[in-house]
Parts: sequence; C-alpha cells; structure tokens
Amino acid sequence: MNKKNFKKISPYLKPYRHFAYLSFICAFISSAAALIIPIFCGHAIDFMLGAGKVDFSGVLKYIYYIAAATVIAAIAQQLMAVSNNKIAFCISRDLRRDLFEKLQRLPLSYLDTHRSGDLLSRMITDVDTFSDGMLMGLSQLFTGIITIVGTLAVMFSYNISITLIVGALTPLSLFSARFISKKIQRWFTAQAKLRGEQTAMINELTDGMKVIHAYMHQEETLKEFDKLNEKFKKAAFRATFFSSLTNPSTRLINNIIYAAVSLVSAIFAVGGGITVGQLSVFLSYAGQYAKPFNEISGVITELQNAAASLERVFELLEETEEKRDLPNAKVLKDTGAVRFDDVSFSYTKERPLLKNISIDVKKGQKIAIVGPTGCGKTTLINLLMRFYDVCGGKITVGGEDIRNLTRKSLRKSFGMVLQDTWLKSGTIRENIAYGKLDATYEEIEAAAKSAYAHSFIKRLPNGYDTIIGEAGAELSSGQKQLLCIARVMLCLPPMLILDEATSSIDTRTEIKIQAAFAKMMQGRTSFIVAHRLSTIREADVILVMKDGNIIEQGTHKELLEKNGFYAMLYNIRAKEESGK
Amino acid sequence: MKHLFPFFKQYKKESILAPLFKMLEALFDLIVPLVVAKIIDVGIINGDIMYIVKNFIILIVMALLGLLSSFTAQYYAAKAAIGTSTGLRHKLLKHIEGLNFPELDFLGASALITRMTSDVNQVQNGINMFLRLFLRSPFIVFGAMIMAFSINFKVALVFATAIPILFIIVFGIMFLTKPKYKNQQRQLDIVTGSARGNLEGVRVIRAFGKEEDEVNQFKKENSFLTHLQLAAGNLSALMNPLNYITINAGIILILWLGASKVNSGILLSGNVIALINYLSQILVELVKLANLIVILSKAVVSCGRIGQVLDTKTAMKYGNVENACSDEAVRFENVSLKYSEGAENSLNNINFCAKCGDTIGIIGGTGSGKTSLVNLIARFYDATEGKITFMGHNIKDWEKRALRKKIAVVMQKTQLFSGTVRSNLLYGNPNASDQDMWEALKAAQADEFVRQKEGGLDAVIEQGGRNLSGGQKQRLSVARAVIAKPDVLILDDSSSALDYATDAAMRNAIANLQKKPTLFIVSQRTAAIEKADLILVLEDGHLAGQGTHAELLESCETYREIYESAHGKERGNNE
Repeated sequence: MNKKNFKKISPYLKPYRHFAYLSFICAFISSAAALIIPIFCGHAIDFMLGAGKVDFSGVLKYIYYIAAATVIAAIAQQLMAVSNNKIAFCISRDLRRDLFEKLQRLPLSYLDTHRSGDLLSRMITDVDTFSDGMLMGLSQLFTGIITIVGTLAVMFSYNISITLIVGALTPLSLFSARFISKKIQRWFTAQAKLRGEQTAMINELTDGMKVIHAYMHQEETLKEFDKLNEKFKKAAFRATFFSSLTNPSTRLINNIIYAAVSLVSAIFAVGGGITVGQLSVFLSYAGQYAKPFNEISGVITELQNAAASLERVFELLEETEEKRDLPNAKVLKDTGAVRFDDVSFSYTKERPLLKNISIDVKKGQKIAIVGPTGCGKTTLINLLMRFYDVCGGKITVGGEDIRNLTRKSLRKSFGMVLQDTWLKSGTIRENIAYGKLDATYEEIEAAAKSAYAHSFIKRLPNGYDTIIGEAGAELSSGQKQLLCIARVMLCLPPMLILDEATSSIDTRTEIKIQAAFAKMMQGRTSFIVAHRLSTIREADVILVMKDGNIIEQGTHKELLEKNGFYAMLYNIRAKEESGK
Repeated sequence: MKHLFPFFKQYKKESILAPLFKMLEALFDLIVPLVVAKIIDVGIINGDIMYIVKNFIILIVMALLGLLSSFTAQYYAAKAAIGTSTGLRHKLLKHIEGLNFPELDFLGASALITRMTSDVNQVQNGINMFLRLFLRSPFIVFGAMIMAFSINFKVALVFATAIPILFIIVFGIMFLTKPKYKNQQRQLDIVTGSARGNLEGVRVIRAFGKEEDEVNQFKKENSFLTHLQLAAGNLSALMNPLNYITINAGIILILWLGASKVNSGILLSGNVIALINYLSQILVELVKLANLIVILSKAVVSCGRIGQVLDTKTAMKYGNVENACSDEAVRFENVSLKYSEGAENSLNNINFCAKCGDTIGIIGGTGSGKTSLVNLIARFYDATEGKITFMGHNIKDWEKRALRKKIAVVMQKTQLFSGTVRSNLLYGNPNASDQDMWEALKAAQADEFVRQKEGGLDAVIEQGGRNLSGGQKQRLSVARAVIAKPDVLILDDSSSALDYATDAAMRNAIANLQKKPTLFIVSQRTAAIEKADLILVLEDGHLAGQGTHAELLESCETYREIYESAHGKERGNNE
C-alpha cells in the first residue's frame, strides 16, 4: 500500500484508532511472550545436565514462567484478533456506507454512462478484498515486525557473530519474495481482466437464458463460453501457481539460515562458546525469526490485491458529485408555471441535442410532447427533474430558476410515471406507499383502485402483502405500470410527468386510467409524452420535436391548420389507428 | 460435495501427487530436528567438526529437495483446483442450459450469476488449499507424534493426548462457524441486492426524494452484515489462542517428564530439545491450518450453494416425434396453467384449434394470460391440466430440438447478445447465408437501419443491445425468429415500440414469406389482429371468446369493449 492510499484510508481508521493501539499492544505482548518462552525452555534444559544431575526446582521455576507467559500470550492473541476484526470489518462497513451515499449524490450523467455491474463490484467485491487483505496485514504485520526485531535483539544478547550471520542472510529471503511477486503481477492483472470479461459474459448469458433455450442455442453458447473459460483457466493457473511459489522460496532461504545457524552454533558449542541450552534457544529463534518472513511473503500478494481494490474504491468515492444545492437555495412553493428560456443541452460536447428551446407553460396547463424517437423528449424530462443541468439558458418554475431551488423540493413537486417501470423489492403495499410512508391502508387501496390495480392485487396470493421483486411474485409489464401509476396517485404532487405511462397497458384499462388521469390533471401542470392521439389532442399546448428542436408548438387545431409536420404525423397515425 | 467427486476422478493424478509431494516436503521438515539432535548429541559431545559439517550439508540438501517437492505439489494442486473450477463453471452452464423455464424462474438470474462466479471461486480456493495443506498438516502432526514416540514412548504420550485435543478445537470451531458463514453470505446477497436495486431505480428514488430512506435502509442491512462478520470472525479467531495454550501445556509436560528421564539417564537433553521442536512444529502447522479453516468453511458453504443448482432437475420430459404432418397446427383441450403451488390459475380451461398457415390474434386485458398462453404453445411450461397437441401429436411426445426448430417465439422482453447483427441472427439459424439474413431483416423491416450501420451485418451490438433503440431491438429479434423459417411463429407484443405503419408493413411481409408460418400475434392494438383468421379474447385467464373480427364484434362483449376503447372515440372525433 503506498503513501497516497494510506493518507486516504487514515480518516477511516481514526474512529477505530483505539482498537489499533490495543491491537499493537497485544501484538507486542503476544510476540514478546512467544519470544521469551523458548528462552525459558532453554534455561529449563540447562538445568538438565545429565543423569542424576537435574535441578528439578530450577526446571519447575521456569515451568511456572512458561505457564504464566502462555496464558498472557493467549489472552493477548484473542484480544488482538478481536480488535483487528473490529477494525477491518468496521472500516469496510464504513466504506460500503460511504460508497452507497456517494451513489445517491452522483449525477445521473455518471450513472447513465457506467455499467452498474462495475459500480456494484467496487462496492461489494473490492471492499471485501480490501478487508481480507487488511485483516491479514493487521494480524501478521505487527506481530511479524515485533518478532523480527525482538528475535534479533535476543540473539544479539546471546552471541553476536551467529546473529550477524542470520542478519546477513535475511535480505535474501526478502529479495526472493520481492522478485517473485513482481514477476507474477502481470499474471494477476491478466487474471483480473479475464475474470471481468467472464463475469460480463455470464451476466449476459443468464439474462438471455430463455432466448438461448427458445432457439436451442445451448451448444453454441457453451462452446463460446468454454473458449473464454479455457483462456481464463490458463491465466488463473499461472497466477495461482506462480504466486504459490513465493512461500516455498522464502522457506528455502529460511531453511538455509536454519542450517547455517546449526552449523555455526554447533561449532561454537564444540569450542565451548555457548551451552547446549543456549543452542536450543538459538535454533528455535532461527525458526521463529523466519516465520514472520514467511507469513509476510505470504500476504504480500494479498496486500497487492487489497491496494488495487482500495484504489478502485477511492476512484469511485472521488468522482465529481452532483452540484450541491446552493447555500441559499429556496424550497419550491409557487408551483405550476414552468418556463424554458432559450435552453440548450447536450450529453456530450461533440453532439449538441437541444438547441435554444423556449416554452412557456401556465399553471394547470397540459403539455403534450410528440416527435419521432431520439428527438429529445426524454431529455426534456431529464432537465425538468434536474437529473441533468442545462448547458445554456434556464428553466424556471414559479419564476424561480430551478438551479436556485432545492432539488428535493423541485423533484417532489413532480409526480413521474415512466415507461420503464421500477418497483422496489418488497410488498405491493410498500411500493404504492413509496412516496407517502404514512399512508393508511384505506388510502393505499383507494390509490390502487383509481389506478385499476386493485382487482389484480386482490387476486394475488397475499393481496397487498404479496412480495414482489426477484424472489417474489411475477407481474406482467402492464401490471407493473399500473402499480407505478398507483404510486403517483397516492401522493399527488402539484405537477405531473407522464412518459409513455400506459404503453404496456391494454386499451380498455388505458381508457379508464385516462379518465383517472384527466381528473388528476385538473389544475395540475402536466407534461405528457404519448403515442395516443386522444391524449395529445386534448392538450393545451402540443410541442412537436424533431432532432432536438421544437419545430412547432400550439394547440391541436392551430397545428392542423398550419399543415406542417404535426399535421403529417397526425394524419398518418389517425389512419393507422382506425386500422386502414 | 458429491458434485466434486467426478473432478477428483478426472484429476486423480494431480489430486494424489499434490498431497504426496506436500508430504514429502513435510517429511524433510520432520527429519530436520532429528539431524539437529544428532549434531548436538554426537557432533558437539564428541567435538567432531567433520560430523557437524556433514550433517549441515544434509540439512541444505533436504532444504533443496523440500523446495522441489513443494514446487511440484503446488503445480499439481493448482492444476487440479483450476481444472475443477473451470469444469464446474462448464458443468453449471451446461446444467442451466438443460433446465426449463419453470426451474429458471425458480432459481432466478442473479442467483445463477453468483453461483457461477464467486461461489466457484471460493470452491477453487478451497480445493487448492485443501490439496496443499489438509494432508500436510495431519501428516506433520502425526509424523511429529511418531518421531516423538521413536525418541521416548512415555514422554510421547503427551503428544498422543495433545493431538486429539487440538483436533477437537480445530474441527469444533469449524463446525460452529459454518452456519455463521452461511448467514454472512446470505446477508451479503441482501446488501448486494439493495445496492443493485438502488442503481436500477435511481430516477424513481430521486424523483420521490427517497435518497435518505434508501441510505437508512442500506445502513441497517450493512451494519447487520458487519455484525455477522464480527460474530464469525471472533469465533474462528479463538482457534489460535486455544491451540497455543494446548501446545504450551504440552511443552510444560515434556519439560517436567523430560527432566526426570534425563535425571534417570533415559534421555539426553538433546532429545528434550527435539521433542519441544516437534511440538513447536505442530503449532506452526496449526496456525496455518486455522487460516485455512476459514477458506475451507467458505468453500463448503459455496459448494452447497452450487450443489443446490446442480441438484435442480427439470420436471419436463420429451418424446421422440421429430416430424409430422397435419392440417391442425395447435390444439388446446381444456388447458389450465398454474405457475406454482398455491398460486391462482393463470389460465383456465382453454380450448381452441389453430389451422396450419392461419394467423391467430391474441388480445386481452393487462395480466389476462396472453403471455402464459404463448408460453404453453412453445412448451416453455407444461399445462397443469388438459392436453395440447402440436401437428396432431401430444406436444409432450415431441423431441425437444425438433419442437424448438418448428416453433419460434419473439418474446415480449427483447434480448439481444453482444456481438454483431450477424452473430445474433445466427441464433435463429446457424447455417444462414448473407442472403437469408437480408431477407429476414427485410421482412422484419430492419434492413434499412442495418444497412445504414457501419459494417452492415457485422455492425457491433453492445451488451443487451443497448446501442440500439427499443424499436430497432424489437425488429432485430423478429428477424432472428423469421430466419429460423419456423412452422409456427409467435410474436408476443413484439412491435409495441414500432409506429403503426412499420408494424403493419412487418405483418404484411411475414404473411407473404415464401414459407408462410402459422402466425400467433399478441398485441394491444386491435388493428394488428383484425384480419386474423382466428382471434382469441382472454379475460382474467379465461377465454372470453374466439372467432373472426366480425363474429366477435357480434358475440363477444369483451372484444367489443376492447375494440371500441381503441377505435370508437378516435373515429368519432375524426369527422
């Protein structure tokens, strides 16, 4: 983990710094105990000089010491593990929370252009990878460092020349770990990339599974999947195999160190430089000293992974947010009159979409927007709801530039029904009451009745308490649309946006709903995108859009008299609708 | 677990060699304390430097051999683990592709995705670690015990007591944490689901100003996940201190027993050192094992989740009729359909007969069962009651592939695959020529926009067809069905995004195809089905009427209402 990432993660660490201190202290205690126990063992063994020459009271003394150290170390170990768990899991909780809150503040322009699968994997998989790596790092780095330093110190106190040999050989083990981890980085990258590709493919295949079945295309897709699967297999094998070499390699170096220590200290012992007990201490130290290197080299790849994931997490957290509401932003009160004043807009700079649009809507008017696909109807709604901000000109509601209003008050004054129906997973009741949490059962049923959804809801296994969503009941697309309408009918905001709100509903129900809509629209400024002529005809103003411009605007009668684009559209459609 | 056995069989060599070489490596590790004991007890006592150097060389050689065995073991372990996970993914996809719609509905798309990705990965990790360590650890543990016995029987009894205790600790904790990991995984699914829903519904959420509520709900689920993670993590962390206490208790016993043995001249102090070294080795091994238990517990949970999919068997059986001639294409006799136990019937007692070459219109209210009816014609589901015949044979007697080839469905929800226009059309007919493709595109009114696209037939289609408009997607999926040259073609509301003129031209072109299929059209637009030879009017899962347009206007109240709702008013105002 580099400095930059550490700086970013430190605010997240701050609330749990006490746990970090505790963890460090416990790591110190447990490592110290682990270091001192072999010394006690060595002393105890030194009391066993040979047959008939054993000092039992001396041995017993050290046995007590060992027992005490063990208990203390065990407690410290558990405390450390608990603290580390707390730190790692709570930081990932906080990261997930912040990422989720971030999503709420990201502009639609970002969310519309990024794959949601990728955002999700940052929120879930990457945070998880980071937390795994962090946990490993925390539990092994502290103890590792303390153990290495402590071992060297103790060994120095026993015999300087043997310790120097150990110290001189250590870098070898670090170098070999570093060398290998550098080499395998590219296999890891290749593996991650192919994993992404494969996940995307699996996503697509499962989404389209029914079509694959319908066309008996199983063999072909399986073949195609296998191709990628094989590629992934190769990359995964390389990454797994080569990364697993780090550990044995460092272990080789450690074994060599161990052998060297045995050799040198044995030679010293022969010369009477150290006792046999001291030699045993040295040997177990050489083993212990090596352990943290092994462990650290084992977690190096984990840490590399964690750092890469953290990078992706922060990338998302640092995305530019939707512009905040102005500090003196007003709450929208005077609803109804909407003006587009010379508005221009484009999603990308290269392709201008709306050009100098001006509309003047009076309170309570019904505005119908017509035009071929891709003419900018949906864009107009995006601007009205401030999902996107205008690039030029301004939009006012009640005379106030909508950029001077709080987004929440603006959006809540619009009731929106879109062609694309989204329902939350939960019960039908919760979904209808989405905009008005405190709605009574009677209010919810009344809304469902006016949206003509009551009769089908009644027939569901659990009525209004039926759970819908992935694990819940299947609704037809028309039924979903009815629920979306009921949702708006319940909270009845002062202005309405209906974007192809009835496209999946059969004509009979549609006519009935139109009547309910008509009642709802009484005195409410409404924007309607629709195909049906009856809806369009009754509008107070019809906007005819083409290629991002309003080419005609006026009442049905005026536009027919003008005999322009609208008249042409109208005549074609009237002919079709009457079935000729 | 049983789903893993075939892979162990397939990777028999690897599955045996990997642990074997791991054991070889462990063997070298086990000999080290013996060699060191010799250095002390023989070399130092006798002051024999040559002996010490000789044993030093033995140590180095063993280290090198250990490295080689370890490499070999890792190689085979990785091969078996990766091979198994690759095979599992293949097996899963193949299995899913062999299921039918009822099972697919039951399992759900997002569950299938996590099974094929993260669950398979967990299993791969588990196998890799299992092969590398689960045999090495017991081997080291028991090996150390045997070595201890070879040194002194009585002292070694300490090992024989400590080891069962250690195993109880390891497996006891594994047993206790497994359900906790399961809960944790399930909660992770919930958190993922919330985040996914939030992304999908962003416009509605913002329009209703519900961001805060969403955040609060997410916080609750997220905190609960952390709570579960902590519970599982803290419990499994207990393994290390417990093992540590057991091992050190063993060391204390060895020191105490060893002291009296040394005193009575049965043991040398070097032996005591060797015994303690063996116990320490066991501890090192157990610490590694503890980390692995976590991985393994997760792998076992994932394995169960995968098994749940692989154990899902399809209830539909197919016959062997591959071809048949009849002037009756489809006949329904008293057909009812219920999607799941406890649900209401989606279709009730449907009777009709469609003649070959006819056009059949299906119309009805929202949720009246139109799509359900169509699903039965293609045998995506089986009727709960009644009998359906296709070309004079019970539809259940047909061979699956033959049936699918003869019936093409354009589903309400358009689904294209990333690739090109060509690769998507090949779904309908793998042997289609360029000319076939252009003809199909022309019939679906899609030839013009495909021609305008860069690359024509090779124009790139992005995931799910998101670089196309709704109307373009619908037309391409119609072309995909037309190119199959089916006997029966079903259009399930597949022109809702088209304007009326294009819709009519498409129906005309399909009616004039060289091989005119029996055509079922589901539509909200009465104009689309007015000229049909037979119109089926559905109302709440019942057949409210059937006949031609003229007959139904006379006799069917529901049809008249639908017709008038679509036409009457418009026409009245047109004058």
